[in-house]
Amino acid sequence: MRPALAVTGFLLKRLLFAAGTLLAVSLAVFAATEILPGDVAGAVLGQSATPEALAALRASMHLDLPASVRYLHWLGGMVTGDVGHSLVNNRPVSELIGSRLPNSLLLAGAATAFCVPIGLLLGICSAMRPTSVFDRVTSVATLSIVAVPEFFIGTLAVLVFAVNLRWFPALTLSPRIDSVEGFFRSMTLPVLSLSGIIIAQIMRMTRAALLDVLRRPYVEMARLKGVVGARLVLFYALPNALGPIANALALSLSHLLGGAIIIETIFNFPGLAKLLVDAVSTRDMPLVQACTMLFCLAYLILGTLADIAGMLANPRLRAS
Amino acid sequence: MSPKNGYSSSGVTPRLAPADDAALRDAIRRGATRRQLLAWCGGLGLGAAAATPLIGSARAAVAETPQRGGKLRVAGATASTTETLDPARGTDSTDYSRHYMFYNGLTTLNEALAPQPTLATSFETNDATTWVVKLRSGVQFHDGSPLTAADVVYSLARHKDPATGSKVRAVAMQMADIKATGKNEVTITLSGPNSDLPVILGVSHFLIIKNGTKDFSTANGTGPFRCKSFEPGIRSIAVRNENYWKPGQPYLDEIEMVGIPDSAARVNAALSGDIQLAAAMPVAAARQLERAPGLKIMETKGGTYTNICMRLDQAPTDNLDLVLACKYLFDREQIRRTIFRNYAVIGNDQPIDPTNRYFAADLPQRPYDPEKAKFHLAKSGFGSSLSVTVSPAAFASEDIAQLWQQSAKAAGLDLTLRRVPADGYWTNQWMKHPVTFAATNARPTADLILSIYFKSDAPWNESGWKSPKFDQLLVAARGEQDHAKRKQMYADMQEMISNEAGVGIPVFRSVLDAHSDKLKGLRPVPLGNLMGYTFPDNVWLTA
Repeated sequence: MRPALAVTGFLLKRLLFAAGTLLAVSLAVFAATEILPGDVAGAVLGQSATPEALAALRASMHLDLPASVRYLHWLGGMVTGDVGHSLVNNRPVSELIGSRLPNSLLLAGAATAFCVPIGLLLGICSAMRPTSVFDRVTSVATLSIVAVPEFFIGTLAVLVFAVNLRWFPALTLSPRIDSVEGFFRSMTLPVLSLSGIIIAQIMRMTRAALLDVLRRPYVEMARLKGVVGARLVLFYALPNALGPIANALALSLSHLLGGAIIIETIFNFPGLAKLLVDAVSTRDMPLVQACTMLFCLAYLILGTLADIAGMLANPRLRAS
Repeated sequence: MSPKNGYSSSGVTPRLAPADDAALRDAIRRGATRRQLLAWCGGLGLGAAAATPLIGSARAAVAETPQRGGKLRVAGATASTTETLDPARGTDSTDYSRHYMFYNGLTTLNEALAPQPTLATSFETNDATTWVVKLRSGVQFHDGSPLTAADVVYSLARHKDPATGSKVRAVAMQMADIKATGKNEVTITLSGPNSDLPVILGVSHFLIIKNGTKDFSTANGTGPFRCKSFEPGIRSIAVRNENYWKPGQPYLDEIEMVGIPDSAARVNAALSGDIQLAAAMPVAAARQLERAPGLKIMETKGGTYTNICMRLDQAPTDNLDLVLACKYLFDREQIRRTIFRNYAVIGNDQPIDPTNRYFAADLPQRPYDPEKAKFHLAKSGFGSSLSVTVSPAAFASEDIAQLWQQSAKAAGLDLTLRRVPADGYWTNQWMKHPVTFAATNARPTADLILSIYFKSDAPWNESGWKSPKFDQLLVAARGEQDHAKRKQMYADMQEMISNEAGVGIPVFRSVLDAHSDKLKGLRPVPLGNLMGYTFPDNVWLTA
């Protein structure tokens, strides 16, 4: 089979699988939101909730309908392209997400552009000379970085670069892309705070995957035939290691979209993770669902891309 | 470099002609340097020695005279998708502040929480039951339509509809009838006499919106600023309303308001100068903020407190001696000093704070007294450990409980702390156990606090205290129009609560805001942060 056909067939299978996954996730999330104590009416009224006010507000939000009816109603809307309105402030969910998605994409994009090359390069260099001084230093450094929590790095960065040196603002109220200077001013601290752990993860995964491949007999064979150094690693070992590396990348990157809650809190960055946390704490079902669907979709897409990259890079998988 | 204002010359202070004085102030406002100003004074024939005090006093005057222009960035202490432009549903200080940008109330509360006429020019009544409200004429909404009685009727009456989700529905229900009795006149008939109506209508929930408004994606009010953009949980941008009815106001061109829930991030934003006004600074950061160049701290004292609710209808706290023992075991001075770093006022187990005009100053202060507590504890016969529920939902409750736990040991009372999460606290924990913590924001009137938290049939009667005598007194005081008589009634009620109810109030905590020293016009209003949320049309920026 030609590679293009193989990829198309694979994509079709993946598409079906993705639809099933999304459905299952939406059911699970709905059930979980139902189990949580309290509901959106209680969250809106807060301390000022009297039983009568609660009942009235619930009725006006259609929370008095059975859970199954509400779920099917939401699903019906979703299928026809209507993601619904936030129960809390009655604004369209698409608008709420739309105002934050570009910010989260920008953060994820900038972090990716910064971290992936560095992580890959460090990983490859370490794998080429395992147990060398360079390898040991990078290993110790990355392990230490992984051990330091993001909130510590982020807070430290703010104290040093924003409060004391005043090079960058302490907050990223609106990520700017209208000028190079604005972009660097608003994005440098959040990206730097995020990047430590991501670079470390990519570097460790690349190193481990490459070393694993370098121990295989065919590499030994190539080495005996006189292929050495960068040529051996880049052209013989790397293609076979790309699959696992791409998957590790996908996992790190999909985390960037919805999992950057700590960075979003420290820099008051208006991203999707905060939106989801808000939505859960106010039990705003349509918003929770839309956010989780989006994150799930991002995981699926990135995972699929990683698999395709692995297939295309690997001569044996490509052939089968 | 700024000249000292306290300069004293040898008795003769040179003065400038009014026109020159105005020109000097103008130059300062435009940001002229000291050198330029001295040169300008030199042109009038004044040497540096004579000119320096003139420039100094002109600078001081400029700082005190409101100036137009400038963009202010404000940080509220909360950010959530629950944020709304519907005043009736406003949940927190970020919402309230925003509402004062876009809307006006019939009245506004000043530093003494006395109502100032705003959209209403007068409130008239003979019996405190039927009120005739005259409206200001010539006021326009942002869409250009004039303010009419119908707008006021709609704005007030909608609170009574449960589907509105109003936070003040319980208070609004006393307005039995609200009708327009003229183009600029509304008559409100209450279900019973209430002398406080003009005060109550000054809170943000009762701000006036356009008749028939259902869509709150933007704000159409009569307020000092127009809504340029609003993204709940992120930010709002308010721009000057050129048609505002107060001449010369507002002073600012634009206010950007963001919510920064993380207090460390809020402090950092204030320190780095990204924000010129930040609400609700943690007391732990107060010293650091005071030392920071260009920053000031504003302390607002008021009726905000964290309290202990001891249920009088549940064992073991149904024993008044045990309750009294608990109250004698607060080391209030220590709580004030260690937890609130002196940004608090000692409380006396009753909810009216010293900034309120009905505060009972004569009521003897309950001390920390382990001996008295031992006596009451022995009388109560309680010998086991008392479980106390604390949660981050009730501000500083865990800290207060820990000190209480320590100071209670002196009388041999063993307290165990039960820590529960903030999520769902008010629905599932608060008042559901014998001893829980609660937190309350300042309320504009003594009557509101007492009605909400102490009336026998109040849904949030936190200790389950039932006293028909108190209820009668409360209703009588509400309708009483003689100040001295009313004050005595409120003093009696405070004494009853302090001695009989199951509520312990160790301190009233102040709220702290940080602001740039270039921001002028801020004054504490005891209702809460940011000038009782009413800063938008009162503040200005100096160059």
